Amino acid sequence: MAVLTEEQSMLRDAARTWTQEKSPVSAFRKVRDSGAELGYDPAAFAEMAEMGWTGVIIPEAYGGSDFGYLSLGLILEETGRTLTASPLLSSALAAASAIILGGSDAQKEAWLPKIASGELVATLAVDEGAHHAPEKVALHAARSGAGYTLGGAKTFVLEGGAAGLFVVSARTSGKPGDKEGITLFLVPGDAKGLIRKPLKLADSRGAANLTFEQVQVGADAVLGEEGKGWELLEKTLDRARAGLAAEMLGAALQAFETTLDYLKVRVQFGQVIGSFQALQHRAAKMFTDLELARSCVEAALTAIDNDSPDTPELVSLAKAKMGDTLHQVSNEMVQMHGGIGMTDAHDAGLYLKRARAAEATFGGQSYHRDRYARLNGY
Amino acid sequence: MADFGGADLDAFRNEARSWLEANFPPSLKGRGGMMYQEGLPPDDADLKTWTRAMGETGWGTPTWPKAYGGGGLSSAEARVLQQEMGRLGAWNPIGGMGVMMFGPTLLEYGTEEQKQRHIPPITRSEIRWCQGFSEPGAGSDLASLQTKCEDKGDHWLINGQKIWTSGAQWADWCFCLVRTDTSRKHEGISFILIDMKTPGVETRPIRLISGHSPFCETFFTDVKVPKENLVGPLNGGWTIAKRLLQHERNSLAGGAGSGARGLFGASPSQAAKTYVGVDEQGRIADPELRARIAAHDIEARAFALTAMRSMAESRSNQGPSAATSIMKNAGSAVGQQRAELLLEIMGHQGLGWEGDGFTPEELTAVRTWLGGKATTIYGGSYEIQSNIISKRILGLPDPLSNASN
Repeated sequence: MAVLTEEQSMLRDAARTWTQEKSPVSAFRKVRDSGAELGYDPAAFAEMAEMGWTGVIIPEAYGGSDFGYLSLGLILEETGRTLTASPLLSSALAAASAIILGGSDAQKEAWLPKIASGELVATLAVDEGAHHAPEKVALHAARSGAGYTLGGAKTFVLEGGAAGLFVVSARTSGKPGDKEGITLFLVPGDAKGLIRKPLKLADSRGAANLTFEQVQVGADAVLGEEGKGWELLEKTLDRARAGLAAEMLGAALQAFETTLDYLKVRVQFGQVIGSFQALQHRAAKMFTDLELARSCVEAALTAIDNDSPDTPELVSLAKAKMGDTLHQVSNEMVQMHGGIGMTDAHDAGLYLKRARAAEATFGGQSYHRDRYARLNGY
Repeated sequence: MADFGGADLDAFRNEARSWLEANFPPSLKGRGGMMYQEGLPPDDADLKTWTRAMGETGWGTPTWPKAYGGGGLSSAEARVLQQEMGRLGAWNPIGGMGVMMFGPTLLEYGTEEQKQRHIPPITRSEIRWCQGFSEPGAGSDLASLQTKCEDKGDHWLINGQKIWTSGAQWADWCFCLVRTDTSRKHEGISFILIDMKTPGVETRPIRLISGHSPFCETFFTDVKVPKENLVGPLNGGWTIAKRLLQHERNSLAGGAGSGARGLFGASPSQAAKTYVGVDEQGRIADPELRARIAAHDIEARAFALTAMRSMAESRSNQGPSAATSIMKNAGSAVGQQRAELLLEIMGHQGLGWEGDGFTPEELTAVRTWLGGKATTIYGGSYEIQSNIISKRILGLPDPLSNASN
């Protein structure tokens, strides 16, 4: 655990208390079983907003507290522990980051207070295929009249069903794969020609595919500069990746601790199975990897708060190491629980499914290992 | 990392800076690691001067009490000193087992006479200590040691054999675990100090797979040891040994962490560019190898960041960090992985043993690879460390409930 300020410690304690009392895993299970399309409980999200969690990275002038990314990461770690589903990551971190980093005063004024208050859910619409590939933008935006016409598709948009605002990456010139010619647009959820197709994913979180059929937006919908959106997109994505890694850290820690508790109570051959060295050494390895992963996640969030030039590589480090660790821990959670871990009634499966979805989001381990190598010049 | 402290610390920083600038010989800049590869330090006039100067200030053992020749610095001042040394490329010439393990232990458990006698020479690097712990039949199960120590009234009489005694062939003294009661295991062990020049002490260097001989077999045949050389109570040596082993692990982990990225030697990605080549985009030409290098670099970076985090946490008021317990296993794994990668990257050039046809880096790579296999064996093997994490950190039951390590 990083050395925290008093405010950060209080924030983390408050987040821990609320998630444990108001949003345990059973709450997520209830949302899942209800089959609600949103994939989260709006009443719970409203409570989170009321506690100020949706404004943690938003400047005070726009209704936030400007506590920074490490602070928001502490909250996400706690919500990750209990698998709390909410638009905190997609809206209050990812989309908010795009607007904070690239928005005009008018855009900030229009959207940030609503994100901070929780009344608006915003999200990123970036990928167009099965894999995260932010430079492979094909969705095109052509100038028409005073504005633009958008056409194309986006896939696996987090909270795509709930969102009232999309931060959309579009191509205003060049071809998919070019970093030049990418432009970000703010597209309201009720825009004409925007069609959502909700997806049912293994992790039961809210996600949708989007189709843009001749969607008209004004010139004021451009976030940042036309054709120069790549850098803004990468900076935004790095914030989203680091935040997601913090959520993954929480999920991995809880998966590990739940498993460790089981090792101490499950008796076979007349002794608790936690007395077997074969399991002990695997547990020790998981603990080791969790400590290593925590250092990476905290370093990435701190680098963002300090606007450090090595932020991109630290973020890829964090997403790759955290992804590997969560992958391993979630598999071991099922294996070490044995048959009970295979049942839907047990939480192990929920962590396993969430693990894979989070790994794939904003780039999996191989994506980020490759990026880490590129950023280091090989 | 923030600099703590106020005016006092600034004053000390100025004092340390000017002293270092006046006393550190520029010829030694950045050569710390190279000069202590194996065995005795080289016969270097500047090194002798530098060692004497550091010994006189006590700054080689900066936080040890002044009364015993230490620097008497607070830990904040010691950090400032370290920062200032780093700034100059200066390094601490006072080291070895006396500093890392024995000194801190004796300061805690020794009598006033023992401390007065043995600590000051350590702070001046005048006496070299070796560690007589492991025996042929007592490796990971250290407490099964058998070297016999009998009370002969006016002296102790010692018979037995130690093994893996690092640097015994050059050591002046040995801190040793001996059996003083054969009826009990842990409670029959005592901690004793043996002058290596005593008749009956014999050392035989052991040639390792790396071709080097950093360790010895040490034989004790009717060795007479003065009564005052017993440290702590009779049969109370195990407690002292455990404390000493903590100092050993901390120094292994701390030393591993402080070098951060430069620690593990040559960079595999740089080596791969040379030996394997790059594609048109500047990537290492073999994509499978490149992926494994990236995976390795990520582990190494995670380890370096954890070392920094664990130091920052211990420094703040949060007390010792749980991360410390993982450092030995994580660090040794990264070091071994790097050595394996470098060897693979160099291909047959990385398998040269000596002579022409190989660069010094290539010859170093093969010896480092072999020598590094010891890092998961000594100082508590990888498996023993896993046991310690399981038991002490994770609270899992001891599978060997009749043992206690």
